[in-house]
Amino acid sequence: MRFGRTQAVHEVSFTVEAGEFFSILGPSGCGKTTILRMVAGFLQPTEGKILIGGRDMRGLGPDQRPTAMIFQSLALFPLMPVWENIAFGLEARGVEKSVRRARAEELLRLVALEGFGERMPGELSGGQRQRVAIARALAVEPQVLLLDEPLSALDLKLRQHLRSELRELQKRTGVTFIYITHDQSEALAMSDRVAVMSAGILQQVGAPRELYDNPATPFVAGFVGETNAIGGKVASVEGGFATLDSPHGPLRGRASNGLSAGAPAKLYVRPEALAYGAEGGHTIAATIDRIDFEGAFALAYGTLEDGNSLIVSIPNTKLGSAPPIGERASFSFRAENAVVLADV
Amino acid sequence: MSEFYGRFGTGLGTLFAALVAVWLAGMVLAPNIMMVDYALRPNLPPADLGGPRDVYSLDNILYLANESVHRSIFFKTVWASALVAFLTLVVCYPLAYWLAQTAAPNRTAVVLLALTIPFWINEVLRTLAWYILLAFRGPLNALLLSLGIIDEPVRWYGNAGVLAGMVYAYILFMLFPIYSAIESLEKSQIEAARDLGASVWRTHWRVVIPHAKAGIATGCVFTFMLAAGSYVAPALLGAPGSRWFTEIIYNWFFEGGDWNRGAAYALVLLVLCMAVVLATLRIARVNLTDVAK
Repeated sequence: MRFGRTQAVHEVSFTVEAGEFFSILGPSGCGKTTILRMVAGFLQPTEGKILIGGRDMRGLGPDQRPTAMIFQSLALFPLMPVWENIAFGLEARGVEKSVRRARAEELLRLVALEGFGERMPGELSGGQRQRVAIARALAVEPQVLLLDEPLSALDLKLRQHLRSELRELQKRTGVTFIYITHDQSEALAMSDRVAVMSAGILQQVGAPRELYDNPATPFVAGFVGETNAIGGKVASVEGGFATLDSPHGPLRGRASNGLSAGAPAKLYVRPEALAYGAEGGHTIAATIDRIDFEGAFALAYGTLEDGNSLIVSIPNTKLGSAPPIGERASFSFRAENAVVLADV
Repeated sequence: MSEFYGRFGTGLGTLFAALVAVWLAGMVLAPNIMMVDYALRPNLPPADLGGPRDVYSLDNILYLANESVHRSIFFKTVWASALVAFLTLVVCYPLAYWLAQTAAPNRTAVVLLALTIPFWINEVLRTLAWYILLAFRGPLNALLLSLGIIDEPVRWYGNAGVLAGMVYAYILFMLFPIYSAIESLEKSQIEAARDLGASVWRTHWRVVIPHAKAGIATGCVFTFMLAAGSYVAPALLGAPGSRWFTEIIYNWFFEGGDWNRGAAYALVLLVLCMAVVLATLRIARVNLTDVAK
């Protein structure tokens, strides 16, 4: 997809299964909203095609596609009562008023807003408006529901609550959800599968756990969860593991595709995969600068000998034996908990 | 009021309040009171002023009620002004929508500038331009003849000329209120309607027009009042058969020499305009304060 001379989205190809909760995750400006708007029909791709249920969507406008969109602003019609909002899609299809009204009530029950039909959207709370928007989109019985960061305007507590509500609603209705977000925890918590995008390029598609454990690119490793990157050169690749010559000595991790001996690469290891102490596997040494207590765990921020930073997560049950601040300490990890990716 | 004095101080505050009072008294109240006074008194030679025949009565207004030609011109002016407002709305709404929602911002600026520039010229001269365009041997007839649309030149002066001149003269008064109303409509509202399967017509009827209602009512009220009180367009572009009520008022003042009857006619026009405006606002369920904004 191009806008003038800007290539907004390229090299994107993925399949969403029917009934799946599929998220597209990426920083703002990565092209995820462009993809959603192409699926909805507001934009026509300059190249490539979009199939829904096997049917080519080329040339079809948003009003002709089996999709319904939930806008970031929700875009409820402020001058119509809630029930007319929900029934608007049916009104556009020429459904009789009494039938529309009954269907709106049904949908209000589905989203647990019974009795709110006569209210105006302005009289509802953020969470209630959210549910009205979902009911309005479901009223047209779409095959695919497209959600454009609908939770981003809400506060954290409500967001977490609505996450599980959305997820539950998706399972109950069986409608395919394509959910756009820049919030990785949102994507990981709700989705069956996630597509990670960066700068208009699809980085990886996979289940949340897979993205976290086996990031395919340095971008995914850094964007999905916290990670430590340790640079070096590939010494050898064998048996699915790669050995990296690093300033901290040879380090081993699971090898990704495309590694060749002598090429620059990085080893990625999650903060929770590092343990304080020298026993077990590979060891790196760092000076601890500070420890932030986060509740269930604490994060220790340190500096490696080559000046790079290191983050280690320490469960609060082990805080008693935490490394002392300002002193050099050793941290170890197991090779199967680290992954080596070629530099790009 | 105390906030007003707090901001400007007692001296400056009093000065501002006094200026506003002078403005209201001198420009609004006094002329209107004088008009009512003139309208209700008979037209007498100076010697009889203050004499036994100088009494208040409704004679001047009743004269209009009984004079069938003036009466029909009055009602024609009212409905023709409504027609001008409607035609201006029909012309302006699509343009305002395009400018506010579809056009690229720099194009909007250029078009708005292009629409505004002619209004830097006096209304009489702008109407004179139409006088030339619509002349019997003028450019419009020449164009239509050369395209073969008409076989003989058309006499545009009259109802058609007056309508065209007025729609053109008041286009901005309709365009700007509607433009600013539609501009404040979030684009995703229109997209949502389309996404839910609504036709273009339904999207406008159910989403855009309700949102822009106050702007539309404001534009219609402005245009109606300006049209009903217009003098230049009917005087220049009209024909004997398309006389406007303002021309009759003018004649009473400057040709008939009967200011009292002229004032009575003007009063009737004013009252009727106000009634129409209030009725329109009631129908559109818009407050007078919304229009003032």
